[in-house]
Amino acid sequence: MDANLITAVYIFVLAVFVGFEVITKVPPLLHTPLMSGSNAISGITLVGALLIAGGGDGMVAKLLGMLAVICATVNVVGGFMVTDRMLEMFKKKPETRK
Amino acid sequence: MTQIAYLIAATLFIIGLKRLGSPKTARSGNLAAMSGMLIAIVVTLLDKQILDFTFIIAGMIVGAALGLVAAKKIQMTAMPQMVALFNGLGGIASALVAFAGYRQAGPTRIDVAIAITTIISLLVGTATFTGSLIAFAKLQGRLRKAAGRLPMPKVLNAVVLAAVLTCGALALLDPGSAVWMPMVLVLAALYGVIMVLPVGGANMPVIISLLNSYSGVAAAATGFVLSNPVLIISGALVGASGLILTRIMCQAMNRSLGNVLFAGVGALPAGSEGSGEEPRQVTRYSAEEAAMVMDTAKSVIIIPGYGLAVAQAQHALQELADLLANRGIEVRYAIHPVAGRMPGHMNVLLAEANVSYDLLLEMDAINDDFKNTDVALVVGANDVTNHEAACCKPDSPLFGMPTLKVNEARSAMVIKRSLSPGFAGIDNDLFYAQSTMMLFGDAKQMVTDLIREIKSL
Repeated sequence: MDANLITAVYIFVLAVFVGFEVITKVPPLLHTPLMSGSNAISGITLVGALLIAGGGDGMVAKLLGMLAVICATVNVVGGFMVTDRMLEMFKKKPETRK
Repeated sequence: MTQIAYLIAATLFIIGLKRLGSPKTARSGNLAAMSGMLIAIVVTLLDKQILDFTFIIAGMIVGAALGLVAAKKIQMTAMPQMVALFNGLGGIASALVAFAGYRQAGPTRIDVAIAITTIISLLVGTATFTGSLIAFAKLQGRLRKAAGRLPMPKVLNAVVLAAVLTCGALALLDPGSAVWMPMVLVLAALYGVIMVLPVGGANMPVIISLLNSYSGVAAAATGFVLSNPVLIISGALVGASGLILTRIMCQAMNRSLGNVLFAGVGALPAGSEGSGEEPRQVTRYSAEEAAMVMDTAKSVIIIPGYGLAVAQAQHALQELADLLANRGIEVRYAIHPVAGRMPGHMNVLLAEANVSYDLLLEMDAINDDFKNTDVALVVGANDVTNHEAACCKPDSPLFGMPTLKVNEARSAMVIKRSLSPGFAGIDNDLFYAQSTMMLFGDAKQMVTDLIREIKSL
């Protein structure tokens, strides 16, 4: 197996552990925003889509790439915007009782 | 340079997820993740590999417009289907990228690792897409319940999965072929459909979490195909996140993942339900009577369920809670982990209705307080309050599920349209208890009536 692949596997495994550590601490209160936020992050595939759509590699690749760009951009833009909209609503109100 | 920017982006994603751990920092966390994404995109666009911007610009404009409109217009009650749809789009994007990357590499330069990760990405990404579309249709109420009945779901599942893997193996053996990879794509699409189709509405929190995880796995697999570390890292983070949520949701329903996926909709042995028993007595109260009871209470715990979302009663409920609070009554909310159709759904609905988040309490935090509470008000929830069945009826499907101890409150009020059993088809002893008052009616209408009656006291 070549070194690049091994490095990639290392990165993957370590990132999974980081993910478990970080996300276990998120309270149920915020699970919906967590999900839509992490969902937007998975739209990172847009980076790959850009490279495919912009590469000079024939019409089929470009069209596939463009389709992927559309889907991933909806994912990224929609995901982050809707997460922000939700998080904006989470407020702690000052005590109003006398 | 590009690699450093990707590293910064990945770091910002992790910081963002970490800050999502508290409501005070969550919004800035989302902003951090957003800027990470922006950096990754800008750096990629500046990359010399990109020769032609026409398709990119067209795609991004269309995608951004669609995403923006969807994010602005969506109602909070419809958040589960929205997230499902986004998951699906992320999944298919990953699959398409992996597919195109595989084609681009050409048969001579494809090694086994690339081929395998392409297959994983195609399988997971495409299944996420079609599975999410089915989940979306179910949540929107576009699919009839009968549509969920598949013959022998376990066998069907295994057969299609085996077919996908066979085509994948053939693609490995014959990298030049233009047949096998597209076949993987098509069969994976079918797999997504039959995976989600038998799953019932109340199990949607599990499925959405699982699809969330899959969309991450697909992105990571695509990262392997393109040897792009930022995709691998982000995909791994999201995959882990979805998996954790899936596990939490399964635990909250006391069901294994396999049971959720294969047991079908309300799969109960026929006739196990109360046939032959005498009709049992319930105590029926009007809004006026209930208002008088509430007015004498010192403490109230509200238990919201999916029925609240269906009736769009969250704003009315918040008004009622304010009204009671102004009369010196302590009002809190008890949120069961699977209340609603996705993890944390109820919290978002109530936050939208301006409920302060410190009043939204998790099951474990509030369950011991029910016995010191005067009124437990159940709005549109059923199975999560069925403590009898969960604790003491070993033959009930709910046995062992963590439930809210509503029965321990001095009195309970249940707002419900009718006595029909909940999603799981199980009768709830709570409704027949002497201390329980049944308020029959639409949740929003009944809460509005309660507000009016309390005001007129």
